[in-house]
Amino acid sequence: MQAISEQQAKERIASVIARYFDGKAQHGRLFINLGVGIPTMVANYVTSPNIYVQAENGMLGVGCAAPEGQMDHDLINAGRTCVTETPGCVYLDSAASFGMIRGGHVDATVIGAFEVDQKGNIANWIIPNGKQLGVGGAMDLVTGAREVVIAMQHTSKNGKPKLVKECTLPITGIGEADMVVTEYAVFVFDKGRLILKEMAPEITLDELREITDADFDL
Amino acid sequence: MACDKYRSIEDAIAMVKPGSRVMVGSFGLAGYPEELIEALSASGTGELTIISNDLGTPGVGLGKLLTNNQIRSLIGTYYNWNPEVAAAYNEGRISVKLVPQGTFAEAIRAAGVGIPAFFTPTGAGTELAAGKETRAFAERACVLEESIHADVALIKAYKADELGNLVYYKTARNFNPVMAMAADTVIAEVEEIVPVGSLDPECIVTPHMFVDVLTMRKS
Repeated sequence: MQAISEQQAKERIASVIARYFDGKAQHGRLFINLGVGIPTMVANYVTSPNIYVQAENGMLGVGCAAPEGQMDHDLINAGRTCVTETPGCVYLDSAASFGMIRGGHVDATVIGAFEVDQKGNIANWIIPNGKQLGVGGAMDLVTGAREVVIAMQHTSKNGKPKLVKECTLPITGIGEADMVVTEYAVFVFDKGRLILKEMAPEITLDELREITDADFDL
Repeated sequence: MACDKYRSIEDAIAMVKPGSRVMVGSFGLAGYPEELIEALSASGTGELTIISNDLGTPGVGLGKLLTNNQIRSLIGTYYNWNPEVAAAYNEGRISVKLVPQGTFAEAIRAAGVGIPAFFTPTGAGTELAAGKETRAFAERACVLEESIHADVALIKAYKADELGNLVYYKTARNFNPVMAMAADTVIAEVEEIVPVGSLDPECIVTPHMFVDVLTMRKS
């Protein structure tokens, strides 16, 4: 197995998801919500003009990050980054914004995760270490978005698999994951089964099984 | 100015009594009524329940109220931007009720529109649904969530007219319009008060019926 640097890993995950969305957007407009971290990077790689980014703090039509000198602290995304407007963008209150999400109007959300298990359960809101106290929109997004795409590195910083048989951390939603994209592989959930769709050239199937605790089919 | 709702920041904040449930509009530091919160922290009014998305950052904005020990309990969604919240909670100095953000927004909206509780799929099967009634609709587990009402709402809008109709600015809108419907007394901090008739009726977000007090930023 050839090592991939953290930066390379993140860029690859973001670009793979962007390619997937670009493909979907050929068939019509696509509304996506991007979480903090790798998910936000997806916006840098999508090329289709049919993709509209929604931010749960109340904006549809989020543009790129605001350049230095043009930051407006009342124009932010849900990660509190100053962003820009795209033509035709709209602002809405938090209840209407989550109405878009819960109501199934947002096509896909991309989120990070601490763990995803082979049943599609996601744990991404808290590590109970006494230092965190917050859920934000994580539970609403995994429940409401039509498709939940997990963007995460294949293993944790200390090398532990993040794709597991059963989540050990508090879950964010039951069976909500639809796709998992890591630097080494793309998986989808189909009728409750985890299926390997793509593999990176740096890794063999045996090596992939070694760093994946979850059972998966080919 | 022909505006019977107008009060100074200090007179407005005196309406917040010790032990009040206070809703505050904000998302991080976007769209929070900065001068009302400054005045509330200067007033020292304590034992407050603060209902807001988050608690700003340590010692800034709503974070000040915690640093000053004015808070008894919190209802909100995300306190990871202010580590003082987890610390105060772990020491047993405050109680904290975490609610998923969309449920939080909807619970406030529900209070404003006369709906005491509602079922939502968000959070079903998670720790945050523990102890709550769950029922399946169309084979999907849903959690019964109660509406969230307050004694006072402190909100931030961009402009008001003299009647109290409000318009907002970009993502500073966030929870402000729903909170404007969900409290006994609604106090809006605005940057400008314009004559009645000068706001486009098609663009007004919060109708004046919901607003009790208007106060204007000094800076």
